[in-house]
Amino acid sequence: MLSFNVLALACGIYVIFLFTVAFVAEKRAERGRLGILRSPLVYTLSLSIYCTAWTFYGAVGYAARSGLEFVTIYLGPTLVMVGWWALLRKLVRIARTQRITSIADLISSRYGKSNLLGVLVTLLAVIGTTPYIALQLQSVTLSFSVFAPDTPNGLDRSGALNSTALWVAAGLAVFTILFGTRNLDVNERHHGVVTAIAVEAVVKLVALLAVGVFVVWGVAGGPTGVYEMIETSPIADWRMEHGRWVTLTFLSAAAFVCLPRMFHVLVVENSDEGHLATAAWAFPLYMFAMSLFVVPIAVVGLAMLPGDADPDLFVLTVPLFFDREGLAMLSFLGGFSSATSMVIVASIALSTMVSNHIVMPIWLSSRKGGATMSGDVRSVVLRARRISIVGVLALGYIYYRAQGGGTALAAIGLIAFAGIAQVLPALLGAIYWRGGTRAGAASGLIVGFAIWAWTLLLPGFGTGAVISATVLAEGPFGLGWLRPQALFGISGIDPVVHATLWSIGLNTLVFITVSLLGFPGPLERLQGAEFVNIFRHSAGARGWAPAGVEPEDLLMMSQRILGAAEAQALFQAAAARQGKKGYLPDPTPEFLERLERELSGSVGAATAHAMLGQITGGRAVSVEELMQVADETAQIMEYSSQLEAKSEELGRTARQLREANEKLTALSIQKDSFLSQISHELRTPMTSIRAFSEILRDGADLDSETRARFSTIIHEEARRLTRLLDELLDLGTLESGRVTLNESLVVVGDVIDRAVLATANDTVRAVGTVNGLRIDRAPGDERFVIFTDPDRLAQVFINLISNAQKYCDADSPVLRIILRGSEDRLSVDFIDNGSGISQGNQPVIFEKFLRLANTRSVDGAGLGLAICREIMIRLGGQITYVPGQGGAAFRVALPRRLRQVAGDQGVADLA
Amino acid sequence: MPFRDQHPQVPPRVSGRQTIEPLFLERRSYRRRRLADAARLLPLLGAALFLSPVLWFAEDGAGPGTAAGGIYLFAVWTALILGAAVMSRGLTRNEAPHRDPMDSGQDS
Repeated sequence: MLSFNVLALACGIYVIFLFTVAFVAEKRAERGRLGILRSPLVYTLSLSIYCTAWTFYGAVGYAARSGLEFVTIYLGPTLVMVGWWALLRKLVRIARTQRITSIADLISSRYGKSNLLGVLVTLLAVIGTTPYIALQLQSVTLSFSVFAPDTPNGLDRSGALNSTALWVAAGLAVFTILFGTRNLDVNERHHGVVTAIAVEAVVKLVALLAVGVFVVWGVAGGPTGVYEMIETSPIADWRMEHGRWVTLTFLSAAAFVCLPRMFHVLVVENSDEGHLATAAWAFPLYMFAMSLFVVPIAVVGLAMLPGDADPDLFVLTVPLFFDREGLAMLSFLGGFSSATSMVIVASIALSTMVSNHIVMPIWLSSRKGGATMSGDVRSVVLRARRISIVGVLALGYIYYRAQGGGTALAAIGLIAFAGIAQVLPALLGAIYWRGGTRAGAASGLIVGFAIWAWTLLLPGFGTGAVISATVLAEGPFGLGWLRPQALFGISGIDPVVHATLWSIGLNTLVFITVSLLGFPGPLERLQGAEFVNIFRHSAGARGWAPAGVEPEDLLMMSQRILGAAEAQALFQAAAARQGKKGYLPDPTPEFLERLERELSGSVGAATAHAMLGQITGGRAVSVEELMQVADETAQIMEYSSQLEAKSEELGRTARQLREANEKLTALSIQKDSFLSQISHELRTPMTSIRAFSEILRDGADLDSETRARFSTIIHEEARRLTRLLDELLDLGTLESGRVTLNESLVVVGDVIDRAVLATANDTVRAVGTVNGLRIDRAPGDERFVIFTDPDRLAQVFINLISNAQKYCDADSPVLRIILRGSEDRLSVDFIDNGSGISQGNQPVIFEKFLRLANTRSVDGAGLGLAICREIMIRLGGQITYVPGQGGAAFRVALPRRLRQVAGDQGVADLA
Repeated sequence: MPFRDQHPQVPPRVSGRQTIEPLFLERRSYRRRRLADAARLLPLLGAALFLSPVLWFAEDGAGPGTAAGGIYLFAVWTALILGAAVMSRGLTRNEAPHRDPMDSGQDS
């Protein structure tokens, strides 16, 4: 027989081993070498805290009493895991995006970051978990008692067991504080704890499998032997209780998600969604293995052990009965592992909830004046958590002592399941139904909690403990329909089924009804949209309006929660993203949102919201601001379209500027060339005039014929000079507007006749040659009568015809003159058959001083077209170059009118 | 669920924000979507199979024994585990693991 001391020693060694494992894992994680620490395997194994000592020892006892029903406790979780794609994946994604720290945090965050809900869920969790922790302590002490049947050294037996429970509780508190509150992890992940739990998971699985294999092959003689033993055992008949079968499956499924410790390992400690895919089949497999040998062990225990043996301890007593002390020791460690891992995670999860939803809000409101005050919040949070852990464990221990290790504890497992399942309607509503409101969730929770307490929790303490026998039998104040185990007069149902039916049913009903009737606040609606549509858009609407927030205050607060280095890095990164240097980003809604999430990873959503609210002056989002956000979006869109239009306009202006610049450059070159041209033009006649006049002055011996010839040359040159100067004067007059028009009614054809005649004469006289320019006209078309200045119009025509004479480079030059009249306009086209004017020159031909290169004429100073343009402007028309006509083509457009227009007269008068 | 039921006064979001389900899917992503449907329905099937023993027992009547019932339950359990394993493999094969951006820094 193993002695109590050997067992205690083994226990101690095992605990030291666990501490080492957790320590090494923590060190590895610190150095960033996570490796296996973050594998799907460790994640799956960490889920095994679902299998507590209650299921490790209790499942066999359960099977020995009521056959296969024990398996429902595993069937529910199996269904949840197998359906990971629908529920768990969404939960994990939401928790990651919203930096959820616990189940209470999730509920509170979803329903408008309500602290009321956080407190409610936390209380429910504490009330549901404390007896559960007591149950673990009891199972450990019970297993010790197996090895200490007789008191050594004459010590009081129950005293020794109680001190064992105390030691276990203290050791667990130390472990949990050491590895569960090492730091305020932003992601709330504890690598040391998770790794230790994974190791414990392996230990308990191996222990149970070992006992099972021993029982099946060592005692019963193989599977067929076991089958026969089951057939002949007291539990051979399957005593199916319909209601319990369905209810327990449902409860275990609900509890698997809602239990604080399960939510913690399943959702909060999850570091990769991909791990869920593995756990989806691996954890059901684990549970399958855990329950495979339960019935055989129970059957063998019932058959072999004396009748008064406790079926709850068959896992230990069966190996001991066959003198397998090593196996018994392994089995004991398995049970110990089950108990400790559950207690560790449960107390971490509870302490997080208590500190985030109860301690921090009180602490915050106790120091009005704000979160910016000095003092490290981190140490406050950590201290709160440590005290919570000790408190939770102490509560568990006190509960255990108060119950005196009675059998009432055995039922506690299911009672706790039913209690925590009250969160389920609010949880499902949180992630699938946007219509769920805070009021609905809170009232549903309260109703469910009350019914659960009245029908299951309080009677569970035993008749006469809290609820007296008369109340139980006749209802409070004689109200029969309020009897705890027969609400509304419906009796004869199993208490657990009865309580679950009423509490969950009314809970759901109230939640839905109040939600449907109520109206959610803006923050609730924002969060609701975020949660329900988590896969559609992860970055949602903003929750904060940046009104007079000092980034410095924010930094001060964040440093105290996240730590100086982390907070500064966060702020610096945010500033860099905004394109700023230093540590102080602009408090944009995006930044505030992000900051709040980071903070809520440490202190919970409601607390983070409250702290940020203190700094921003309590300005959370309102409906008006929500609408502003929508307006802002519209404004931004409008603004961007305006910008687009503006940039287009800018592009146009730039193009125009570029064109103007090109023109100016060309003009400047023209001017330079004109100046040299005009000097040349003026100088050439002057030179010849001077030379010939000198000859005439000095040459007395010249004959009269030569003298006459020289005089003619001088005269000719003087005429050229005069003409040039006339042209310049003319242009100056036209440009300055000091011109008098002598308007009258004329036939256009007559004006053209005059021009043709003049050019013919002019050409013959000035150049001395006839260029041979043929002019094509259609006299029938030229009978337009207009009211204009015939002299000036003729001047334009003359210029155009002489230009054709001078510049048309065709072998047989032809000028076509085409008239077209519309209702209010008359156009006269002059089109020759030369090579025309190149595209580059087209914009500048009407400028002054222009003479195109490569022209064969030497006459003229390039003022002709400029004068034409000025004249046409004076006449109310215009002259344009028409490209693409097979040569140089000018169009003279005139207003077609038969009398003076009043406005024009005014202009003329002024001029 | 349309975004606009958030508040009657808030104008509907721009269409770019809403996910428009493609009408035509290539064969592989079509398969994947149907696989996801199957994964959602698998727990329902499991629940039906796990709860069906309730139907075997008439009121206080005798049904199969513990041994046979146990074999049935464990067989269903095995089938569910295998089904979940096959489906989660199919569902994760084409999907890059979704990691927390906050974590990526710690990986190096």
